[in-house]
Amino acid sequence: MAQTLAEKVWEAHVVRRADGEPDLLYIDLHLLHEVTSPQAFDGLRTAGRKVRRTDLTIATEDHNTPTDNLLRIADPISRTQIDTLRRNCAEFGIRLHPLGDAEQGVVHVIGPQLGLTQPGMTVVCGDSHTSTHGAFGALAFGIGTSEVEHVLATQTLPQARPRTMAVNAIGALAPGITAKDLILALISQVGTGGGQGYVVEYRGEAFRSLSMEGRMTVCNMSIEWGAKAGMIAPDDTTFGYLEGRPHAPAGREWEQALDYWRGLPTDPAARFDREVAIDASAVTPFVTWGTNPGQGAPLSAAVPNPSEFSDPAERNAAERALEYMALRPGTPLREVGIDVVFVGSCTNGRIEDLRAAADVIRGRTVADGVRMMVVPGSARVREQAEREGLDQVFLRAGAEWRFAGCSMCLGMNPDKLSAGARSASTSNRNFEGRQGRGGRTHLVSPPVAAATAVAGHLASPADL
Amino acid sequence: MMEKFTIHTGHAVPLRRSNVDTDQIIPAEYLKRVSRTGFADGLFAGWRDDPGFVLNRPEYADATILVAGPDFGTGSSREHAVWALRDHGFRAVLSPRFGDIFRNNALKGGLLPVCLPQPAVEVLWAAVEADPGLPVTVDLRAREVRIGQRFWPFPIDDFSRWRLLEGLDDIDLTLRHDTAIGEYEQRRRHPWLPRTRVV
Ligand code: SF4
Repeated sequence: MAQTLAEKVWEAHVVRRADGEPDLLYIDLHLLHEVTSPQAFDGLRTAGRKVRRTDLTIATEDHNTPTDNLLRIADPISRTQIDTLRRNCAEFGIRLHPLGDAEQGVVHVIGPQLGLTQPGMTVVCGDSHTSTHGAFGALAFGIGTSEVEHVLATQTLPQARPRTMAVNAIGALAPGITAKDLILALISQVGTGGGQGYVVEYRGEAFRSLSMEGRMTVCNMSIEWGAKAGMIAPDDTTFGYLEGRPHAPAGREWEQALDYWRGLPTDPAARFDREVAIDASAVTPFVTWGTNPGQGAPLSAAVPNPSEFSDPAERNAAERALEYMALRPGTPLREVGIDVVFVGSCTNGRIEDLRAAADVIRGRTVADGVRMMVVPGSARVREQAEREGLDQVFLRAGAEWRFAGCSMCLGMNPDKLSAGARSASTSNRNFEGRQGRGGRTHLVSPPVAAATAVAGHLASPADL
Repeated sequence: MMEKFTIHTGHAVPLRRSNVDTDQIIPAEYLKRVSRTGFADGLFAGWRDDPGFVLNRPEYADATILVAGPDFGTGSSREHAVWALRDHGFRAVLSPRFGDIFRNNALKGGLLPVCLPQPAVEVLWAAVEADPGLPVTVDLRAREVRIGQRFWPFPIDDFSRWRLLEGLDDIDLTLRHDTAIGEYEQRRRHPWLPRTRVV
C-alpha cells in the first residue's frame, strides 16, 4: 500500500500494536538537557531502574547556561540544575557535552551537527522544538518529563497514531526571502492550532530548494502551529549535509543507508488526511506584531486593527496582544522602534543564519540605543563563524559576540529582555514574557534582524 | 504509581483567555528547581501582580477546576506547567483544545485535561461567574462534566481513561512488554544507525 514518509517511519518503529491501545514506538535517539531531565532521573532512582540504552542517549547544557563566559554560573539555583545533570549523566553513564565543551550547544543544533540525526529515525527530547530534526526526514517530537523517564527506562513510548497533513508550497521563494519568512507566513495563515494532531510534511519546490539549515528553521516551528512533528523528505541536500559528519555512516554502510533513505519519501499514490497550500511566491519579509507566532504580517503592512478579525476569540486575543505589545492599530510595522536585537536560538542560530545576518551588517553599524546580541547555536557554529571572520563583522558593527546557548530565546538564563523593552528576535516564540517578564518580542528572520539593528526600527535589508 | 482520577467535584475558576501557552502557565525563570513540587509560586506569575486577575480573587481561592479558552497549554513541553497547576490544587482543566504535549503531560500527572466545545465553556464561564460557589463535577467514569441538571459529555480514549481510573504507571505497563522490546532491538539494527557512545 502507498505510504507517506511519516507512515513509513512510524511503521518501522512499532514494537507492539494491540487493539484499543496506543502503538509502542521504539526511539532511536534521545536528547537530554538540564531543565526537563532532573525529575526523570529521580524517578529512575526511586524505582531502582537503569537507562536502557545509554548508547542512544546524549545530553548537553543549553537553557540555563550563561553566554558571556564558559566558567561561572552565577545563580546558585541554576548551578544546582547544571550540577544535577552532570551528576545524573555520570551516575547513569550518559555522554554529556557540558558548558565549555567543543560540542556543547543548543540541543537541536548539536544533534544534526554531529550527524546523530538521520533520515528515517525516531528522535525525542524533553523540548517542544525537537520537531527541528524532522528536516532530515526523521520523526521527531517533543515530550514531557514523565515521558523522558519512560524513554530512559524503556527506549520506547506509547503513542497514538497521529493523522498526516501535507503543506504544499506553490511556486518558489523570491530572492532574499528566507525559510523564516515562509514559516511565519504559513503560521499566520493556518493559525497556532492549525496543525494540532497532525504530523506535517512540507512539500513543494520552495521547501525542496531550502538548505538543511533552512529546512531546520521550518521544521523547528512546526510546534508553533500545534503540529506533533514536521518533516521534509530526505534528498541529495540531506545526504550532502550528512556525509562526513562524526556519526554519519561511512563506506559500505553509507551506501546501505543511502539505499534505505531513498525509499523513505512519500509514495506518489499515498494520501494525506489533510492538505493545505501556501503561495510561496507571494511571501515577503514577515514579522510578528502580537504575542503568539500566528499573529504576524508582512513587514510592509501595518499593525492590524482587532476589529478586522471576525472570530471573537481572535479579536479578543488581538486586543490583548496589542495592549501587551504597546502598539497602536494602523502603525506601519516599519516604524516600530526596537531596543534589542537577538540573533540566535535553535530556529536561526546555525552558521548559515549568522552568515545571512553578517552579510547585511558588514560595513554598517548598530543604531544608537540598540543592543544587538549574536549567539551561535553551538560551540562548533561559533568556531566556524570565527574561522570565517563573522565575529569581526559583528563586533565591528557594535554587536555582542557571545558563547553558545539558548540565551535570550527564553527568559531563564542571565540573558533576559527587561520589562517594557522591545526585541526583534530570530527565535520562535513571542509569548508574553517569553524573553523576560514584561519584554515584547517581534519574531523576524536573520536578515531582518540585522537590518533592524542598523535602522533602529523593524526593517529589511532593502530598506537600508 | 500515578494518582487515580475517577470523579471530582469542586469549584471552578473562569479563565477567559485563549492561547494560554505554557510560558504563561509557568515562566521559564521558575523552571530551575530539580524536584517535582514547589512550583505553585510560578503559576501564572506574569499575571499574578494584577489584583484583578481571576486567580487572585478570593471567591475563586479554593477552585480545583480551571475553565479556559481554546489552545490551552500550547508551546513549551515543560511538565512544570502541570506540576504548578497541581501544586495550586487543580485536578482538572477544561478547554476546547489543548496543546498536544501539555495534554500528555497532564494525563501523566493526575491532572485531567477535559476537551469541551466552546459553547459549553461559555455556559460554564457564565455559571461560575454568577455563582463562584457552584459545584462542578468532572466524572471520568461517565465521561461527562455536570453542573446542576446540565451535563456535557467529553471525549477521552479508552486507554488513557483506564490508566487514570486505575492509577497505573506507564513505565510498569510498558515493561510488561520487555520481551517485545528486546525482540525489536534484535530485529531492527540497521548497521548504520548512530550510537552516541560505545558500550
Ligand atoms: S533555543 Fe529556545 S526554543 Fe530552542 S531549545 Fe533553547 S530555549 Fe528552546
